[in-house]
Order: sequence, then structure tokens, then C-alpha cells
Amino acid sequence: MSPSERQDSNQMTGAAMIVRALVDHGVKSIFGYPGGAVLPIYDEIFQQSDIEHVLVRHEQGAGHAAEGYARSTGKPGVVLVTSGPGATNMVTPLTDALMDSIPLVCITGQVPTHLIGNDAFQECDTVGITRPCTKHNWLVRDIKDLPKVLHEAFYVATSGRPGPVVVDVPKDLQFATGTYTPPRKSDVHASYKPQIKGDAGQIRKAVSLLVNAKRPVIYTGGGIINSGREASKTLRALVEAAGFPITSTLMGLGAYPASGKNWLGMLGMHGTYEANMAMHDCDVMLCIGARFDDRITGRTDAFSPGSKKIHIDIDPSSINKNIRVDVPIIGDAGSVMADLLQAFKAEGKTPKIDPWWFEIGRWRARNSLAYKKNDDVILPQFAIQRLFEATRGCDTYITTEVGQHQMWAAQFFGFEEPHRLMTSGGLGTMGYGLPAALGVQVAHRDSLVIDIAGDASVQMTMQEMSTAVQHDLPVKIFILNNQYMGMVRQWQQLLHGNRLSHSYSEALPDFVKLADAFGCVGLQATKPSDLDGAIREMISVRKPVLFDCRVAALENCFPMIPSGKAHNEMLLPAEANDDAATAAFAGGKALV
Amino acid sequence: MNQPASAYFLEERHDPNETHTLSVLVANEPGVLARVIGLFSGRGYNIESLTVSETESKKHVSRITIVTTGTPMVIQQIKHQLDRMIPVYQVVDMTLTGRSIERELAMVKVKGSGDQRIEAMRLAEVFRARVVDATNESFVFEITGGTSKINQFVDLMRPIGLVEVSRTGVAAIGRGPEGM
Ligand SMILES: Cc1ncc(C[n+]2csc(CCOP(=O)(O)OP(=O)(O)O)c2C)c(N)n1
Ligand SMILES: [Mg+2]
Repeated sequence: MSPSERQDSNQMTGAAMIVRALVDHGVKSIFGYPGGAVLPIYDEIFQQSDIEHVLVRHEQGAGHAAEGYARSTGKPGVVLVTSGPGATNMVTPLTDALMDSIPLVCITGQVPTHLIGNDAFQECDTVGITRPCTKHNWLVRDIKDLPKVLHEAFYVATSGRPGPVVVDVPKDLQFATGTYTPPRKSDVHASYKPQIKGDAGQIRKAVSLLVNAKRPVIYTGGGIINSGREASKTLRALVEAAGFPITSTLMGLGAYPASGKNWLGMLGMHGTYEANMAMHDCDVMLCIGARFDDRITGRTDAFSPGSKKIHIDIDPSSINKNIRVDVPIIGDAGSVMADLLQAFKAEGKTPKIDPWWFEIGRWRARNSLAYKKNDDVILPQFAIQRLFEATRGCDTYITTEVGQHQMWAAQFFGFEEPHRLMTSGGLGTMGYGLPAALGVQVAHRDSLVIDIAGDASVQMTMQEMSTAVQHDLPVKIFILNNQYMGMVRQWQQLLHGNRLSHSYSEALPDFVKLADAFGCVGLQATKPSDLDGAIREMISVRKPVLFDCRVAALENCFPMIPSGKAHNEMLLPAEANDDAATAAFAGGKALV
Repeated sequence: MNQPASAYFLEERHDPNETHTLSVLVANEPGVLARVIGLFSGRGYNIESLTVSETESKKHVSRITIVTTGTPMVIQQIKHQLDRMIPVYQVVDMTLTGRSIERELAMVKVKGSGDQRIEAMRLAEVFRARVVDATNESFVFEITGGTSKINQFVDLMRPIGLVEVSRTGVAAIGRGPEGM
């Protein structure tokens, strides 16, 4: 090509630039919904075949699907929606992605530049509305800026602490012609420079704490998953080399395998007794890619009172936010762990922590996840255990909705690998799991993708079953149907005098018939003896499935750290009879 | 600890508040001020004073000076939260450096006659305030200085016949040869 020809081939409309930029950033699939302000882009999409467009039924579904895609692949999820209601429907998934550090690139159409500020049809202040729920956003006002902004959007979404970004493109710019430039380093704000490598001096300090620890614990989070597969490998090597016990937040499950011998289970409000006790009694805490969230710490003034704390995080604003730490290390979890591991090995000294393991063994023996077996009704914990057993050996990805079922999934489904659990941790968005499963399935066409759902949550984005059918996405929606908003009911029982205000799921649809109406497969299990067969059938059918698993209505999720209590004041299932619960939640009697 | 029924751990913190002046260099682009202000309102931080103006037009850099209050942990959070915004180049805590000059400018309108006018003029002289507008029954004084000096001047003008005040907010710069 001569330079002038090359010049010509880079002359294109804004709409074409958008598609071209997606291709240049390696995007294979996008999730979207058309409308007036993005029609030129949809016209370009129609005329190409590099990018698959998945048509959802509600823009929120597109956002969560993109999140599922992103979290299961480590690549950014891409969303295309129209102006006004298309953009406002994206607010929930954008916020969700911001809270859980998921890279999303959302392109929104906007009314033509000359109409901005005019209350034009389907106009809204998209950058204003999404400013607090994105890592960064842009309103493009000149076709000259469009390629640069698109490239920067991908860079910002995926680098440093990942997050969602919005690029708002007025319709006249989509029609306007300009020169497309491929991605370059100079596309990025000079002011944005995430720090990857950890400070060597800080790492030395951390190592000297670690090698002298008597009661160490490693506390990991979603940052390890975001850092990439290599980080999980390094973590495993670190645990192996040090011999330390390890626990994780909900977002970090799978970075270290649930079958690993140093695994304590998840920590926090519904974490295991041994994980929370180890956090409370440790003398050195190594926190990697987690942020001392309030679901994790319990009462902060009684949080792990006797420990020196090392905190590895790529985001300086996570350091000393809730909990004061002794050795902060800013940097990418994978990179810092690799340096830490090397320095640790160089010390040539592995701490002897047998007495600590002995103590942990005693906590483990309390068997904090125990539940009473039942032959007549399916217990939700049992259902997840059976699901887990049935899917061993399958290439399985799990998404969840939000509620008790989500916590039981975290407690009873063993995650062996990173990127295998997609769940709404920070925002706790009911309705996340079903569309997220679609996004996962788009990225992993031949894998088994299961949404562990609740009867209430699943109704929030149920319409996306139609998307599953249209795009041949054989996701399995495994509904733990307790006919309640179980988690709400649990809090009402424990804190609000058992007044179950609006937490029942009355007028539930017949999920089997509903599946039929969507053109999917409906299955039901009502007795423990039905369960295995029905699960097998669900796994073997190559179609989207709605599985109505009728579980015990009033089962509650334990163990639990009650509000205002510390890690060592957990309520265990054996103790969770009415009297003990009443005592533990005594403070809860006073209503705000 | 007894707390009301809540899914959150409610607790009060009792660290004393401090006042800090932060200088923030930002790319001067649409929406950047909204981002900064939105951060403060969204996260419940205080703004005592905020000034902003482009300082290097070729490089499109603006300087924002924010006076804020909070516990030491909150002040640290504010700095980190500002620093991680994409268009923010640099955040310097002028209070921590301990080597900064802080000034603001105020225009103070005072109305009165006879002895009141004489007293106003006398105080203005003491505070090195300049008269920038005068009528038979009023003055507008222009005064620069630290926040407390201006507060004091305004307080003294109040009984004399203070009409209104317009203040720029604090601008701050470090002493010595180095820049930010
Ligand atoms: C969008 C949204 N609205 C409200 C809530 C509050 N909430 C948390 S859990 C829950 C009930 C979930 O019920 P279900 O999906 O049936 O799950 P279960 O707890 O019964 O397993 C509610 C209403 C939420 N997390 N998200
Ligand atoms: Mg339910």
C-alpha cells in the first residue's frame, strides 16, 4: 500500500472507527441493544463479521453479560447501548463492575452535538450520570478525538485496578468522517501511571515479618484474579513455600484451590470459623489484593487486634482505608508476590508454625459448615454439594445471584481454579447471575456454565433466557427455590422480631412452564432422591435450562458474624438455635 | 457493643479532625472539576474552600487548591482518591510540607456614615486593605491575606455596617526554589 492509499483506508466514519477500534483491541464479542443514537454503529456491525454481537433483552443484561465475559476471560467486556434509557439502564452494571474491579468498555450513543443540553429526545447527561460509577468516562465532541479516546478507554479499563469506562459518542460524530489512528502509547493521559512493581524495601520488611511469624495467615481477594492466571500460580507457590494457612474473600475464591491442604475456606460474615478465628488470632497477616471490606472485617476496632499487617494492593486508596496496616506495598498482586516469593526463599528460613496449625485444627474440628441432613426435603447446602459432586470433572463456570444461595455456593462449591466464580460481591446485585452466565458462555461455548440462583433474584433479569435461546447459549439456571427472599428473611428473623415484611416470594411463576415458554428446558426436583438424576439431566442437555430446585423454605445461612461483633464472636450452626441467636443479636432489638 | 438492627457494622470514630490544604494539578479538560467535587460529595468529605484556575495554558494544566477537614485517615484517603483520578497529575498536601504560603483575596462592602466611615478606613489601613470603590455612604475594600486575617477583618466590619463579602478561597504555593 502506498502512503496515500493507507491514508485513504484510514479515512472512515466515526461509526466505522468504533468497530475498527474494537477489532484492533482484539474484541470478539460485544453485548448490546440498538436505538436511535447508535444506529450508524449498528449499521457497521451489520456489514462485518469480525465481531459477534449478542442481542440482550435489557441493557442491564448486556452489562452483566459483559462482566461475566470479562471475569471469566481476563479480557475487557464490551457493551454498546443507545442514549437516554439505554445509558441509564447501564448504571447498575457499571456500578457493579466498579465495585468488583471488572474491566468494561461501554459505548453509549448520544444525541447529536448541537442538541446536547436541549432536553432532546432520549437525551440524558450520560457522562454526568456515570461519572461516579465509572473509573473514567468521556464525551467525545470532535471526530479527531474519537480514535484516541477509544484506545485510551481500553487502556484505562484494563490497566492498574481494572474498572468500567464509558465513551459517549454523539450521533453526528458517528456519521462524520475522520482519520483513524491505530492504538499508540501516547493515547493515554500523561497523568495516569498505575504502579505495577512493588517497592523492594517494603518487600524486604514484609519478608522479615513473614519469616519470623508464629501465627501467620494469608488473606487474599479478587485482586489476584484480576492480576491474571500467573498470579494464582505464584500464590500457590508462595503458600507451598511458606506453609501458611490461607483464606479468601468471595471475590478471590479459586485463586488457591479449595482442595488445597492449607485452605481455610472463605472468611467474613458467612465465612468459616477457622478462617475468621485465624484472622482474629494471627500475629502476621498477609493481605493480597483484598480491601478490608466491612463484610470481611466485622467490627473494625476488634479486627485482628494482635497482628502486624502487610497489604499488597495496586490501588493506593485501598491502603489504610478501613484498617491501619504496618507494611503497605503498592503494586500488581502477581508482580509483588513474585518478588516476595523470591525474597522469602532467599531468606532460607521457613517459620515453624506447628502449634498454630494445631490450633487451627481445633477450630476446623468445630465443623462450622455442618447442617442437619434431611431425607424429606432438599436442603440448599445439600443441593449445592450434589451439584458440585455432579460437575466434578466437567469444565465448569459458576455464576450466582445474590442472597443465601450465593453464600451457600461460596461455602459448598469447591473452586479449584481462578476465573471460575462470577458473583456480584461489592454491590450485591440481584439479577447479576443469569446474564453473567450468558457472557461466560459466549466466551466458553463448550463449557458448563451454571447460575446458582435464588427464586427472587432470578426474576430480576429473567427475560435474558430469551437471549440464551436466540444465541444458543446452553446456560443452566439452578434455582434454589425457597420461596423467600431468604437472606432478607434471615435478617428479619434475627434482627426484626421475625416480622417477615415483604420477603416472601408470593405468586412465583411456574419455572418449568416458564422455561417452556422461553423455548428452554424446565426441570424440577422436590425430594432429595430426585436431585442427582435431575442434575445429571440438566448437565447433559445441550440447551438452556431452568432448574426449579425446591429447597427447605426456612433454612438459614450459618456460620455468621452478627452485626457489631468481632471475628471471634461468630454464631455457629450448632449454636444457632433461637435462644442463642436472640442473645447474639440482642443489640438488634432497638430499631433505628 | 449494642447497635440498632442493621446489615452494617455501625461504629463511631473519635479521632480529632485536622484541616489540610491540598494542591492538585489536573489536566484542564471538560468535567474535571465536576469529578473532583463529585468525589468530595460522593464520599462525604468536607470542602472548606476550593479555588481553581488554569495555570499552564500550553499544557492545559489547572491547579486546584482545596482546604478540607477530616481525621488523619480520612485526609490520607482524600489524597489517594484524588491521586487515582485519571486526569490528576499530582496531589501535594501543603499542610504536611509545612512550607507553604496561603492567601486569599476578599472584597468587602461596608455601608455607613460619619464615624463609622472613619473607623472603617482606620481598620482598613491596619489590615492593609485597599479601597477599590467608594460612594458617599459605602466602601468596597480589597484585602488579601491568610484566611484568619480575612475572617478577622470581616468580623470587625460587621458592627460598622458590613453589606456583603466576596472571597476567592485559598490559593497556596510552596516556599523556596522548587515547584510541585
Ligand atoms: C437489586 C437488589 N435489590 C435488593 C437487594 C436486597 N436483597 C439481598 S438478598 C435479597 C433476597 C434474595 O432472594 P433470593 O434471590 O430468593 O435468594 P435467597 O436469599 O432466597 O437464596 C434481597 C432482596 C439486592 N441485593 N439487590
Ligand atoms: Mg429465595
